[in-house]
Amino acid sequence: MAYKDEKLHEEKVFKDPVHRYVHVRDRVIWDLIGTKEFQRLRRIKQLGTSFLTFHGAEHSRFNHSLGVYEIVRRILINFEDRPNWNHEERLLCLCAALLHDLGHGPFSHSFEKVFKLDHEDFTRSIILGDTEVNQVLTNISIEFPQKVADVINKTYHDKLVVSLISSQIDADRMDYLQRDAYFTGVSYGHFDMERILRVMRPVEDQVVIKESGMHAVEDYIMSRYQMYWQVYFHPVTRSAEVILTKILHRVKQLYDEGYTFKVEPAPFVSFFEEQVSLEDYIKLDEAVVLYYFQMWAEEDDPILSDLAYRFINRRLFKYAEFNPNLQMNEWMELYQLFRDIDLDPDYYLVVDSSSDLPYDFYRPGEEEERLPIHLLMPNKELRELSRQSDIVEAISGKKRTDHKLYYPKDLIEKLPEDRPEKQQIKKILHKQES
Amino acid sequence: MFSLLDNHAKLVKVIAASEGIVGRKKLQKIIYIMKKLGLPFEEKYTFYFYGPYSEELSLRIEEITNLGFVSEVREKKSNYYQYRYQVTEQGEDFLKHSNTELPLEQSLLQEMKEQSSRFLELVSTMLYFDHLPKPEIEQKVQEVKKKSNYTPEDIKEAWAFINRLQK
Repeated sequence: MAYKDEKLHEEKVFKDPVHRYVHVRDRVIWDLIGTKEFQRLRRIKQLGTSFLTFHGAEHSRFNHSLGVYEIVRRILINFEDRPNWNHEERLLCLCAALLHDLGHGPFSHSFEKVFKLDHEDFTRSIILGDTEVNQVLTNISIEFPQKVADVINKTYHDKLVVSLISSQIDADRMDYLQRDAYFTGVSYGHFDMERILRVMRPVEDQVVIKESGMHAVEDYIMSRYQMYWQVYFHPVTRSAEVILTKILHRVKQLYDEGYTFKVEPAPFVSFFEEQVSLEDYIKLDEAVVLYYFQMWAEEDDPILSDLAYRFINRRLFKYAEFNPNLQMNEWMELYQLFRDIDLDPDYYLVVDSSSDLPYDFYRPGEEEERLPIHLLMPNKELRELSRQSDIVEAISGKKRTDHKLYYPKDLIEKLPEDRPEKQQIKKILHKQES
Repeated sequence: MFSLLDNHAKLVKVIAASEGIVGRKKLQKIIYIMKKLGLPFEEKYTFYFYGPYSEELSLRIEEITNLGFVSEVREKKSNYYQYRYQVTEQGEDFLKHSNTELPLEQSLLQEMKEQSSRFLELVSTMLYFDHLPKPEIEQKVQEVKKKSNYTPEDIKEAWAFINRLQK
């Protein structure tokens, strides 16, 4: 029997708190889960620094990847024998769903920004490079790894296949919204996924939703909106992210200046030099990063040790609302005041904007920026969701930008009361807070 | 001095230098092309249905609009809306405070601005696959954009355009 058709003697199941069970019957899926590159995802948290705000948010990219696979598996059961669906693409969809986040590293967002990396490049490299994942995929055919990479990269010729994994209503989002809601413990993020799966229909080049399922999709859009403000863009999580980013900037700067570290940061050297090999990348997980943060908290450099200590012990920066247009002069004054009190403003006075952690709000696809969600009307016409749903239309036009100023309030408070800079800093920041 | 809202300032500079840009899609593709030409834009792009697209850039455009640095006017076309972006007085004031450096070539920017967004979409898609040999790029473009019906002439013109940009 060809490897692609091989089934396990008995179905394997993973207990899952969101989907109850994740079912595996295909040999190739079971083998992929067992590769070291996939197992590595157990050591990378799905929500990065959110565990410092929501203590339950310790779930990993491993959980999420299995969840996305399971959702696609269920969608495909529903697609069997429907027009426009090519059964030959089944295994490709399942593999792409399982592997779509394979290239994520520890605290990816900050790492990518500081070291100019892209996790999607690493996903591709792991799938196409000299890895266990590549060996498993190559057992299907020589071309198969490239096909999987193309689906994940959204450049595969069959857009219907791509849209299952990546579109404005896809398995990826349906899993992470529910999973992140479950593990953070918030009451948002829930929607009737079973209903959505039942009303999904394959058309020529996209998945559309039967009009009768519109209200379930409204709930899904609403949950995306609420999860953004309540979880993903939580100001405390952002504070931890700001500190994390500054630690990475600092440690890179020290390395560039020839600073002698007490413990040589060997796993980071290729990151500092911006020449990261696949092997180095795969080796770096959160356990390694957090170990080094502990070491850096003991360093002689006061900025690095302070920032690392803050991250490890959750001594985060406080924040104030900030309008860069109206408060430009105040920011410049604060910048100078921080210098005057020997707090380097490049590390201790940080403006953080919503675009620093972009989240894919639902966009109705004006000017064909992105393909929107389409409803399949009873007369077989396709209509864009926000044209049919008042709720979605209202959310689509909502202002969703925000800027905050992060700073170490504790260090300001520690200054002697008679220092004029302290009073002036407090005056400006208090005005922002109120 | 560490510049405030460095990435926002670069965007405002592009809109100022081009004396306004019409179309979100056009703005998305112009920034992508400039990024591919080596200009220091940090917005992350991924490939979507209509070519390279950056959610980060979309949000940043919303931010500079909400801050009042850029005006956004929605204009009705025959069967869709498009958006006109122009730098405001406040935006010009913001640029005066910013020490962000962006080596913009005026003629290049004008040339991009004069092209249709459909053509810029083709150019940016070709640049997205620039790690491939030329025949494979063309094949890939036909594969991922078969609905756009780009003709061999369009592709030839796009190559000529890319060559001019890269000079």
